Amino acid sequence: MKFVNQPIRKKDGMALVTGKPVYTDDIAPKDCLVVKVLRSPHAHAIIKEIKTDIAKKLPDIACVLTYEDVPQNRFTMAGQTYPEPSPYDRLILDKRVRFVGDAVAIVAGETEKAVEKAMKTIKVTYEVLEPILDFRKAKDNPILIHPEEDWKSLCPVGADNKRNLCACGLEEHGDVDKVFAECDVVMENTYHTKANQQTMMETFRTYTQMDTYGRLNIISSTQVPFHVRRILATALDIPKSKIRVIKPRIGGGFGAKQTVVAEVYPAIVTMKTGRPAKIIYTREESLIASTPRHEMEIDVRIGAMQDGTIRAISVNTLSNTGAFGEHGPTTVGLSGHKSIPLYSKAEAFRFQYDVVYTNHMSAGAYRGYGATQGIFAVESAVNELAAKLNIDPVALRQKNMTTQGDVMHAYYGEQTNSCALDRCLQKTAEMIGWKEKFPAQVMENGKIRAVGIAMAMQGSGIPNLDTGAVTIKMNDDGFYALSIGASDMGTGCDTILAQMAADCLDCSVDDIVVHGVDTDISPYDCGSYASSTTYVTGMATVKACETLINKMKQYTAEKLGCDMEELEFDGEKVYHIKTGDSIARKDLGNMNMCAATETLVATEAHCSPVSPPPFMAGAAEVEIDPETGDIKLIDYAAVVDCGTVINPNLARVQVEGGLVQGIGMALHEDIVYNAYGSLAGNSLMQYKIPTRLDMGQLRVEFESSYEPTGPFGAKSIGEIVINTPSPAIAHAVYNATGVRVTELPITPEKIVMGMKQK
Amino acid sequence: MQIKLHLNGKEVLADVAPDMMLLDFVREQGCYSVKRGCETSNCGLCTVLMDNRPILSCSTLAVQADGHDVMTMEGCQEAAEEFGAFLADQGAEQCGFCSPGFIMNVLAMCQEMENPTDDEIREYLAGNLCRCSGYQGQLRAIHNYMAYKRREAKA
Repeated sequence: MKFVNQPIRKKDGMALVTGKPVYTDDIAPKDCLVVKVLRSPHAHAIIKEIKTDIAKKLPDIACVLTYEDVPQNRFTMAGQTYPEPSPYDRLILDKRVRFVGDAVAIVAGETEKAVEKAMKTIKVTYEVLEPILDFRKAKDNPILIHPEEDWKSLCPVGADNKRNLCACGLEEHGDVDKVFAECDVVMENTYHTKANQQTMMETFRTYTQMDTYGRLNIISSTQVPFHVRRILATALDIPKSKIRVIKPRIGGGFGAKQTVVAEVYPAIVTMKTGRPAKIIYTREESLIASTPRHEMEIDVRIGAMQDGTIRAISVNTLSNTGAFGEHGPTTVGLSGHKSIPLYSKAEAFRFQYDVVYTNHMSAGAYRGYGATQGIFAVESAVNELAAKLNIDPVALRQKNMTTQGDVMHAYYGEQTNSCALDRCLQKTAEMIGWKEKFPAQVMENGKIRAVGIAMAMQGSGIPNLDTGAVTIKMNDDGFYALSIGASDMGTGCDTILAQMAADCLDCSVDDIVVHGVDTDISPYDCGSYASSTTYVTGMATVKACETLINKMKQYTAEKLGCDMEELEFDGEKVYHIKTGDSIARKDLGNMNMCAATETLVATEAHCSPVSPPPFMAGAAEVEIDPETGDIKLIDYAAVVDCGTVINPNLARVQVEGGLVQGIGMALHEDIVYNAYGSLAGNSLMQYKIPTRLDMGQLRVEFESSYEPTGPFGAKSIGEIVINTPSPAIAHAVYNATGVRVTELPITPEKIVMGMKQK
Repeated sequence: MQIKLHLNGKEVLADVAPDMMLLDFVREQGCYSVKRGCETSNCGLCTVLMDNRPILSCSTLAVQADGHDVMTMEGCQEAAEEFGAFLADQGAEQCGFCSPGFIMNVLAMCQEMENPTDDEIREYLAGNLCRCSGYQGQLRAIHNYMAYKRREAKA
């Protein structure tokens, strides 16, 4: 391995750090119509009348659209493989509005000022309805969020719009009730996580235009270009062949751009006017009308013996999908599937869930995708169990954690082929100084320092579903062009896949050029989500390179008049193992462009029957002022098993970035709705993501296992890294103060009020 | 309103609306490195230098730049490349959207302070948000860059 496991600079790195115009808004045509959405001030209402005649007459206004002007095909904005588990519950514009910020009208004009002026002239008469704002009251509430007859669920996920249910289900293994009854101790608590925002620095944005062939071109900051094509075809009621989607560089996604949040608006404007159109979401829109994490309330029970043997775990999740069902049925699954199997030695488990509609903005995909919520709950409960049994929390985990070879019944019965969780935990404990620092020490100034710990897992792609295809093509002088359909969103997949290809083809990374996604040109890839790119698309890369080498050998065999089996490829030439006759790679490339009847191109797809989990442990050291509850994160240690690390730099930054997002979730990022369903945190002034003053010191190490089904032994890294901060910090707070904070974020107010109540 | 300023070393004469922000003005002038990440002066993505001092171009009117020197990353490509290489060598640019504003502020910091401590660095750059990197890799890049500059100064 010359390039795999090396800290190669990202192929687009220098363009990004020198500020080149490579993002959607930088490359949009200057004569684009500016598109904006008029949004509902009510959480739940029916539009009785909407007067747009004045707006339409204003100068510089090209188009004003209401629910009367859009196709009546319900669809989901969730970027998932068809048939999507998320229900078809949306129209581009609907007569019923379901949250404060829901789309009421689309206005397009020559300038932003003209559009804003026109929006003010639109008069809407609403019949205001009572909203459901508490997700605990949503199921079987007489108020229905989706009473419409054409609401439809394509998959058997337990959805029922007449009960406000987006999904429900029950899974179990073993005789759960019997095992609980036999346990010495049953630890039970309820945990509440909020609808955190991905807050990528580049808000949602798209521009659209008609091309030479009369097709709608959509240039969008998206993680899922192929899903955008399919979803837009349904929403606009046009054939898929009429749409081309291109992904430029993306200013961050973290799952937000796995939902087709903004694309429909300029697309329908271009369809109606024939003109280029663009939408740039404001930060406010990105915070109030987007696709945040699913709020969840999770009830956990853990049954154990006095000696610390965990025998049964039950997880009961209530998830709030908000006004629409994007990613509702699937995120909830991870709250159990990726928390319970951390302790797969337990004899029995039960996992039960409801996903409900409410009049909050629709939830969606955010890094961790339900696992983050479930792991906060289960890992917090395990820490509480340790306290109850008076066993060291690290020792309790060492006794019960999943190890290599274990069958994880709550994880589709998959067996771990690669698991270094034990080493991760051990090393994390050493790095934070667990033995010396657990549980807490009072400093001379009266402040208390304490440590806390948690473990996590995730998946590597969706088994038997996620598809990644790769095309590799030989060109003049033998350089290679690697086409992938996976979206590099800054995470560096263009580079790491080129690193893999360079090792397969025994050439330098510079010999491989990579191109961003264009649905007309790139091979199919479901997109960059579910921690799939390294593992799934990586495997497709390995396969495509093998096929290309075979083609080169075949081609050479014809030219040299020998058997293909007698040939070898060393990166620079294909040569005969006995005679030494050879054709150089450079010549193969050039010969293939003159009087050729074969192409030196290989395309391979990959889909995995398993989704091997990466594992990690994380430990926090905090300092708390017992007078005020003020909490400072001092140090965070994390050790990750992502299998073979393909690019140590990019993997490390993934971990550090994920940890700080997790720290934000744990300590800062609150979601507060008022009594009318309006969100308080509608700017970065109120929705506080961590600054560099808030994250203390991060220390990251890798403890690699080798995953036999992954490319070069790799598993995923992108999502798991957000999962440990919330439970580890909550644990540290308990060790410092005796206060169990079960609702995120962990604010000074909660700590100090908790201390008062004791 | 008519304004006259130096943008990246070149004199620019322009007619701008009184409420036009400097951010929108410089983008209109082709300086696409300057990004907007919020509307509340919280993110630092729009940082440019006015008379060599970092300012938020999202909350500065274009008319306020009248008679001043404005520098965006387009005007300091060499310095951007020099520091940017250290950032890219950590993989800490990730999506890159916040990089121009961040780098402009780093360059201003390095002009203003000699050998800042980690706390001073964090303080100076606190207004530059980044959601990808977790900041630790940016700090490593700054350390490496400053060490390189010190070596260069000695040589």
